[in-house]
Amino acid sequence: MNSLIWLPFLPLLGTLVPLLSAHLSRTACAFLTAALPALTLLLVLSHAGDIFQGERFHAVIPWIPAIGLDLAFRLDGLAMLFAILILGIGLLVILYARYYLSAKDSIGKFYAYLILFMFAMLGVVLSDNLIQLWFFWELTSISSFLLISFWGHKTEARKGARMALTVTGAGGLALLAGLLILGNTVGSFSLQDVLDNGDLIKASANYPIIVVLVLLGAFTKSAQFPFHFWLPNAMAAPTPVSAYLHSATMVKAGIFLMARFYPALADTNLWFLIVSLTGLITFLVGAYIALFQHDLKGLLANSTISHLGLITLLLGMGTDLAAVAAIFHIINHAIFKASLFMAAGIIDHESGSRDMRNLNGLWKYMPYTATLAMVASASMAGVPLMNGFLSKEMFFTETLHQASLGSLSWFIPVLATLGGVFAVAYSMRFIHDVFFNGEPINLPKTPHEPPRYMRVPVEILVAICLFVGIFPSLAVGDLLFAAANATLNGPAPDYSLAIWHGFNLPLVMSIIALIGGLLMYKNRAHLFKFQAQFPASDPKLVFESAIQWLTRQSQALIAWAENGSLQRYVFFVLAFAVVMTASSLLKLNTTAGQRPEIPLDALSITCAVLLCISALATVIWHRKRVVALITLSVVGLIVSLAFAKFSAPDLALTQLSVEVVTVILLILALFFLPQKTPKESSPRRIVRDLSLASLFGGIVGTISYALMTRPLDSISTFFTENSKTGGGGTNVVNVILVDFRGFDTLGEITVLGIAALGIYKLIARMRLFMPSADGNGLAWSEDRHPMLLKVISQSLLPLALLVSAYIFLRGHNMPGGGFIAGLVTSVAIIQQYIAHGVEWIKTRIKFDYQIMIGSGIGIATLSGLGSWVFGHTFLSSWFDYFYLPVIGKFELASAMIFDLGVFLTVVGATMLILANLGQLTTSERPTQQEHE
Amino acid sequence: MQHLSIFPVLIPLLFGVIMLLPPISRSIHSQRVASVVGCLFLLLSCAALLYQINNQGVQLYALGGWQAPFGIALIADKVSGLLVLLTAFLALAVILYAVAGQDKGGAYFHPLFMFQIMGINGAFLTGDLFNLFVFFEVLLIASYALLIHAGGKQKTQAALHYVILNLVGSSLFLFGLGILYGTLGTLNMADMAIKVGQLQGETATIAKTGALLLLVVFGLKAAMLPMHFWLPKTYSSASAPVAALFAIMTKVGVYSIFRVYTVIFGENAGELANIATPWLWPLALLTITIGSIGVFASPNLKTLSANLVIVSSGTLLACAAINSEAATSAALYYMVHSTLASAGLFLLADVIARQRGKAEDRFVRSRPFVQPKMIGFAFAIVALALVGMPPLSGFVGKIMILQATQSSTQTMWVWPLILVGSLSALVAFSRAGTTLFWRHNGSGSAEAEPAKPLEITSIGLLLLTTPLLVIFGGVISEFTQQAAFYLHDIQSSAYGLLPGVSP
Repeated sequence: MNSLIWLPFLPLLGTLVPLLSAHLSRTACAFLTAALPALTLLLVLSHAGDIFQGERFHAVIPWIPAIGLDLAFRLDGLAMLFAILILGIGLLVILYARYYLSAKDSIGKFYAYLILFMFAMLGVVLSDNLIQLWFFWELTSISSFLLISFWGHKTEARKGARMALTVTGAGGLALLAGLLILGNTVGSFSLQDVLDNGDLIKASANYPIIVVLVLLGAFTKSAQFPFHFWLPNAMAAPTPVSAYLHSATMVKAGIFLMARFYPALADTNLWFLIVSLTGLITFLVGAYIALFQHDLKGLLANSTISHLGLITLLLGMGTDLAAVAAIFHIINHAIFKASLFMAAGIIDHESGSRDMRNLNGLWKYMPYTATLAMVASASMAGVPLMNGFLSKEMFFTETLHQASLGSLSWFIPVLATLGGVFAVAYSMRFIHDVFFNGEPINLPKTPHEPPRYMRVPVEILVAICLFVGIFPSLAVGDLLFAAANATLNGPAPDYSLAIWHGFNLPLVMSIIALIGGLLMYKNRAHLFKFQAQFPASDPKLVFESAIQWLTRQSQALIAWAENGSLQRYVFFVLAFAVVMTASSLLKLNTTAGQRPEIPLDALSITCAVLLCISALATVIWHRKRVVALITLSVVGLIVSLAFAKFSAPDLALTQLSVEVVTVILLILALFFLPQKTPKESSPRRIVRDLSLASLFGGIVGTISYALMTRPLDSISTFFTENSKTGGGGTNVVNVILVDFRGFDTLGEITVLGIAALGIYKLIARMRLFMPSADGNGLAWSEDRHPMLLKVISQSLLPLALLVSAYIFLRGHNMPGGGFIAGLVTSVAIIQQYIAHGVEWIKTRIKFDYQIMIGSGIGIATLSGLGSWVFGHTFLSSWFDYFYLPVIGKFELASAMIFDLGVFLTVVGATMLILANLGQLTTSERPTQQEHE
Repeated sequence: MQHLSIFPVLIPLLFGVIMLLPPISRSIHSQRVASVVGCLFLLLSCAALLYQINNQGVQLYALGGWQAPFGIALIADKVSGLLVLLTAFLALAVILYAVAGQDKGGAYFHPLFMFQIMGINGAFLTGDLFNLFVFFEVLLIASYALLIHAGGKQKTQAALHYVILNLVGSSLFLFGLGILYGTLGTLNMADMAIKVGQLQGETATIAKTGALLLLVVFGLKAAMLPMHFWLPKTYSSASAPVAALFAIMTKVGVYSIFRVYTVIFGENAGELANIATPWLWPLALLTITIGSIGVFASPNLKTLSANLVIVSSGTLLACAAINSEAATSAALYYMVHSTLASAGLFLLADVIARQRGKAEDRFVRSRPFVQPKMIGFAFAIVALALVGMPPLSGFVGKIMILQATQSSTQTMWVWPLILVGSLSALVAFSRAGTTLFWRHNGSGSAEAEPAKPLEITSIGLLLLTTPLLVIFGGVISEFTQQAAFYLHDIQSSAYGLLPGVSP
């Protein structure tokens, strides 16, 4: 593994440095922060020699093959060019920010974000894997968000940051889709594979969609029209950030992307049309808007948009020479624009304003800074001997060679010159408005030169501007050549970096641009007047209101859909169930199956009719609660009779005792509810609900009928055959409950226990007033606990317990078992509560029902665990037969212990619920008199 | 170890029982200790179980010694093994948060919590459809009780809706089971998978009604449109540890859909092959849509989190609809990611709400935080993870899902929805974050109590997983691929579990 892996990760480590050194002096923090990026830069430069020789470095570590993500880096000419820009300008920005940020700002946090961005951006340019490229791409958006919102207490910082994140985030998602399709088309997510398969990609049916999606990513990031609006609003960031991210590096990520995929995607008509036209429009729109900005940074931001458009236009042209020109302009723009932003930051910092209507005549106050800014502006305008001139000249040359628009191709050079005119005009405005043009107006501070070292980064950058401008091949010849080679994935064309190419058409265009720009600036008053006729529109407000409109619409939709009506939700569930079942029942041709029918008898018919009537009665009288409860219990009773008839005595017994307990519980609960229920359903709703209910009932009935009339071969024969031999009991139902499917029972008694705990939890702290009279205004009887009831229930208790013991013991072989026994016991105890009241019982029965539940479930579980000792699985049963004198032969089974657990849980749960429902009221019982 | 497969059910059961008995039932302190110890044991045993599954293959546990299909069998395979481990980890993190003080809001928090875990683990592990019903009941009844923890009118109302809807769901579950037993004669999943292929004609049609009825039940649990309405209110009104634990509840529904409609009604189900797919497609996509709109519309962080749960459910259901190994693998990865991240967000939302006074977690101007840096950092992590931005786990899951779509029609539907859903989450989170953390009035007031160390640990544990899921993404995605392969391979997921039966 070579040192390539370290290139992006040194800065990642570096994000910690400022956080750890923030407590030191600001200078120390700055220097320490700079150390790792500087080391990285040295590492990059150490490869320069080989790269210039045309070598390319790769490093791959497999990461997540499932998504095609590898940790893969490459260093070639293009990557190196960008890495040098990122690290070099980054170092200068670190130095600059040390003086720019005020003492209030947390410099550690700022540097940490800045280095995080550096890491992300390096990752983008060094990526050799599509997914990884996207990975870092999104990281740049995130770090940009953090940096724009560095002064998060300001509204415009928050809004600008959100807007930038939304636009670039949306583009990032498009890019992801594009890269995935691209990778799938090629069959590899390795960048090199993609670059080597340009023809395959361009021939693929996916090509148009790939181009559109990838370009969406590139255009949003590089602020191309119509996504350009976020960039001026990102200027709410501290100026070092604007200089670094929003002019020199991050906004070039989109350009980088286009350059990187140039061999794979470019050189088709589609590419030309989209890229060059977008570039051209952006170039002109940006230049035009820049002229009318009053904010210094606004001017520079729009000029950045314009220059990015220029580069995009070049990349769209599809000729190799245009690509070289694009790369050259990337370098030049990064250098002069970063220095201009820093100069603007100095002006802002030392004069307290960025408004060009107030900033006048600063030449007198800061001549040194003014000179630097003027040189950089001249480069921006494309004045000879500056680096900006050279690449602009190349740009003009290329526009002249463009023939893709057929007979309309002459538009391109003309519009390019027009853009050049605007560029000169706004550069002129930057120089003249700020440094000359009279005296400053109402500045918060008296302007002065900045601290010595704050100027150093600007000096270095301006020096490079001149150096490149005067000795281009010496300064960047090798780098440019290597980058061009890498971009084209092949040999770069012949080009000349000389500053003098003779008197030719491009030079004429430059001269026109210079003179035209000066004239335009001179006559700016007319232009400004014209521009003032347009209604001012702030993209920030438009964007925010668009988002807010969307939010409101969503809220309205959600409020309409989730209206909080339980009836509606239940309706949806049932309606969905109807759709699901009906959809397949429609295909069932015959309902009745082949199975012979059981003969009907009069009793069954009577019971069935009663069942239907009482079910209907429950629905009809559901608002008269006591009546409904009675009819409901009739339903339950008939169901138990049905169980008994169809040879399921256990179920019948269970159902019967469950009925008793639930009816008592319900009556107790009804006591606290209003006696009458108001009519709440509209007739429409009644019709709706009735239809749905009938429909669903009909469907369930149909299915049941269809099922019951068909023969079935099921596993239940196994249970009847093995009940005695395997489970030691002749009562198959009980053996199923405690043995074959004891695990289900364990779960169900847990459910019962939890239900009791839950109800306790719900009502434990509730205290309700007991109504002093019943619904008809009749006072309660004075005789709370009638003697007769007391005596009978008390004498019934031992009898009931005996019965329940009997039911419990016979369970394994005869109808009965722990569950039923538990319910019977509960009923007996409930009887005592009814007869004597909670207070009386409390003093006599010391049972803690919670412990009873716990020990019930516990015993059942332990009986299951016991089988582990013998090497069997959980809940394996054991039984044997013993003989004792007097009693005779009897059976002992582990299942009985399990059943004991069931018994205890049932009693505990029922009683916990009941005892607490019973003491819901305040113990003081109001009487009729007190109320009168 | 022979019994390891049942530990994930027994450990919480036993600890739940112990907490109901003296002396532990008498003091909240000992209950706390027991809870944490129980969750630690659970985590260890789940990890050991997964290790065992990895080394020895599927673990079949026949309860009571009754072999399938006659007795109940637990199946610890890579799918269920992964999910019980996920549950155990989530439980540990959540209980650490709860013991910092939120467990005092009402009675029986700890035993109910344990029973809830037992229900979830049982549902993941069981190989029997009726037993699944039982564990659904266990987890539901425990969740009803937990939902009203710490009281209040809103909670009680939300709980009532939740209870009634789920009771309807349980009844439908029983109908469905009855129909399936009435046609197949068995409820052991592996046995059903084999028998269903032989069903023909009218019996197959009747069985189909049962199978589709189960989709309603699982869909309700998974918050599938049009049965998702209960979720936002329920989740946003639950107390923080409960809401965080509930992050895995929708996943139980999703898991059941995967298990039932892949193993039983999957490729090999003869006339009933892939019956759920045509329904899942539109509903999954609509669920993502409505969830994303809900995310956009959320007025506070808890509702936002709840709506994100709906989005993640929709996304998982879309994976179920794609119905391929790659999609199942993606779903498993995404499930782990989204459970842990949403749980983290629910807990964080609680911390945030407590430090902002009356503004609580609503997106309005408020006083500054007591611990702005830490909470802000945690928020950024959660947001990035849930939006699906690098470098956190959301993006891996998202790409796996995008890559799992097969035909161009699928791609045309799934990609835009998932990507636009991410964008909607991105916008919502950026709005939320900038408002919560930067839109302040006045200077800091230190009235609010800072988050307790245990609470921070808990959130930290949950959030730590999201970078780890990326760093070890290679190993994890390989594992989920194997798990998905197993689930889709009827030889191992059905025939392999029934000794003596061969295709």
